[in-house]
Amino acid sequence: MKFTGMTALATLLIAGAAGAEEVHVYNWSDYIDESLLGKFEEETGIKLIYDVFDSNELLETKLLAGSSGYDVVIPTGTFLQRQIQAGVFQKLDKSKLPNIVNEWDMVAERTSKYDPGNEYSVNYMWGTTGIGINVAKVKEVLGEDAPVDSLAFVFDPANMEKLSQCGVYFLDAPTEIIPAALKYLGEDPDAQDYDTIAKAEPVLTAVAPYVQKFHSSEYINALANGDICVAFGWSGDIFIAQSRAEEAGNGVEIEYHIPKEGALMWFDQMAIPADAPNPDAAHKFINFMLDAHNAAAASNYVYYPNGNKASQEFLNEDVIGDPAIYPDDATMSNLYTVSPWDPKVNRSVTRLWTKIKSGV
Amino acid sequence: MNNFRRALLIFVPYSWLIFFFLIPFVIVLKISLSDYAISIPPYTPQLDLSAGWAGITDFFGNLDFENFSFLASDALYYTAYLSSLKIALISTFLTLLVGYPIAYGMAQAPDEWRPTLMMLVILPFWTSFLIRIYAWIGILSNEGFLNQFLLWTGLIDAPLTVLNTPSAVYIGIVYGYLPFMILPIYAALEKLDGSLIEAAEDLGCSKFSAFWLVTLPLSRPGIIAGCFLVFIPALGEFVIPSLLGGTSTLMIGKTLYEEFFNNRDWPVASAVAVVLLLILIIPIILFQKNEERQREANG
Repeated sequence: MKFTGMTALATLLIAGAAGAEEVHVYNWSDYIDESLLGKFEEETGIKLIYDVFDSNELLETKLLAGSSGYDVVIPTGTFLQRQIQAGVFQKLDKSKLPNIVNEWDMVAERTSKYDPGNEYSVNYMWGTTGIGINVAKVKEVLGEDAPVDSLAFVFDPANMEKLSQCGVYFLDAPTEIIPAALKYLGEDPDAQDYDTIAKAEPVLTAVAPYVQKFHSSEYINALANGDICVAFGWSGDIFIAQSRAEEAGNGVEIEYHIPKEGALMWFDQMAIPADAPNPDAAHKFINFMLDAHNAAAASNYVYYPNGNKASQEFLNEDVIGDPAIYPDDATMSNLYTVSPWDPKVNRSVTRLWTKIKSGV
Repeated sequence: MNNFRRALLIFVPYSWLIFFFLIPFVIVLKISLSDYAISIPPYTPQLDLSAGWAGITDFFGNLDFENFSFLASDALYYTAYLSSLKIALISTFLTLLVGYPIAYGMAQAPDEWRPTLMMLVILPFWTSFLIRIYAWIGILSNEGFLNQFLLWTGLIDAPLTVLNTPSAVYIGIVYGYLPFMILPIYAALEKLDGSLIEAAEDLGCSKFSAFWLVTLPLSRPGIIAGCFLVFIPALGEFVIPSLLGGTSTLMIGKTLYEEFFNNRDWPVASAVAVVLLLILIIPIILFQKNEERQREANG
């Protein structure tokens, strides 16, 4: 890497000119209580430059290009696993993370599937992938007893044909939708061989014509404005849509449901790129987010559960008490996790995904 | 001395082309000949100059055209190229239909109005392209301004689905690229000698045939320049189809994005880009041939 010297020089110059320490954090959009950003700067005196993305793919491409300039990034577990293999991250120095004692063992156990021993990452938030609905509109097209808590709601073409009148969005992420379709068929959602994965195709091809758009962030606004009535998306995003609709006072009532057949459980992990300009400040930021009060503030704001056991006593009742956010034991036993596909299978799946979406 | 000055003059544009076109193209071409790998950056082989001559021969020995034969083997790619061509052609034609009357009206307007009209065409450029396209989501969505207005007038009784359809993509491209069509046509029409039209009318032409036989042919260079300025960026367009288009709008820009971001396959993505460039070079050469012919005809 011949640019390393130049980058280091540039960083020195910038740091020298600014006269203050900086930390660059790259997180998902709509994923933090922004008052925490000011609090971090106040407590540490480090200038925080906060930037957001809306897809794992975008983050991964920046990381693989190298010299991304970020100190802390927050990929999802499945992506993190592959990125660790590519040598993107540095090991965390746990001695700089005293707040790590707050970790929730239930979460740490599961994330060690992606990051053995949790050497490279700590959990930021986790969540489920499920169904968000506009209560009134769904009632209008499907009647009182619409099966909103079942995968059949979004995978049965008869339901979807009616729902398409009021608009349906799906996540544009094969890693989320295909496991759900496999679960609906009674197959293993974590299947690794392409033949099993391909069984999801007829299910998805049958409903794709009724999906107005596959997109991984626009559904928040579309749900909140009442432009669509169903989104197959991430739990917290749907709760954000719910609170935006409440703020707007437009009479749109939104609910989130975890499908009774089971739902994908995913983990967003804080990690430090190997070429981070300021790993020291990165550790400080991670430690700051591991603080019980701060983690609770973030969850209270974004309605995602976090991996911080100690924060639970500071959570609002509408967060910790809502089984759609912090699932009860029965729901929890139904949640599943998936691992990344190997590059060859991944290419075939992406191709399959394009075929499902565009018919070509 | 004269030779030296000429060399210096030529050197400036050529070094621009070498640094900002040729070198990036060679890098993309090189990546398109490599293979996918889980590493930083995600392809192999890397040029290892420290290994000396052996490193260089190793590097060239590992390059191949596999990615290009892969593109040919899958219907997705040529369908996406064809679909992009179709969308670009139709939207260029629509932009011409909308843009020509506007340019004509501007050229006919009184002299003191022209700077204001020109300003109105250029003004939208002062807002970010992305924001202007995003605003169309608010206009075209089911609960958007267009549907609310139409419902209010009573023309329709259920909202029209325009957003996330090919129509929305056409609207976006026509809107986004309209100034590129208007400006060259206006420039051609403004230079037009009004006495030629008078002469045509004196010689018995109707207003329409004077337009058809005199104005239109003389504004042809403007029309051609405008069409190319719209067609070329529309062909590789990514922002408009991804924001306004739906599931079934297949365009090569989006396919390229997926190769790059979803498959993390930089080599195949680069191959798609190289082919796209080759496709674009054909109309550019035609354009230049046309220019030369014009110059010869005039000279």
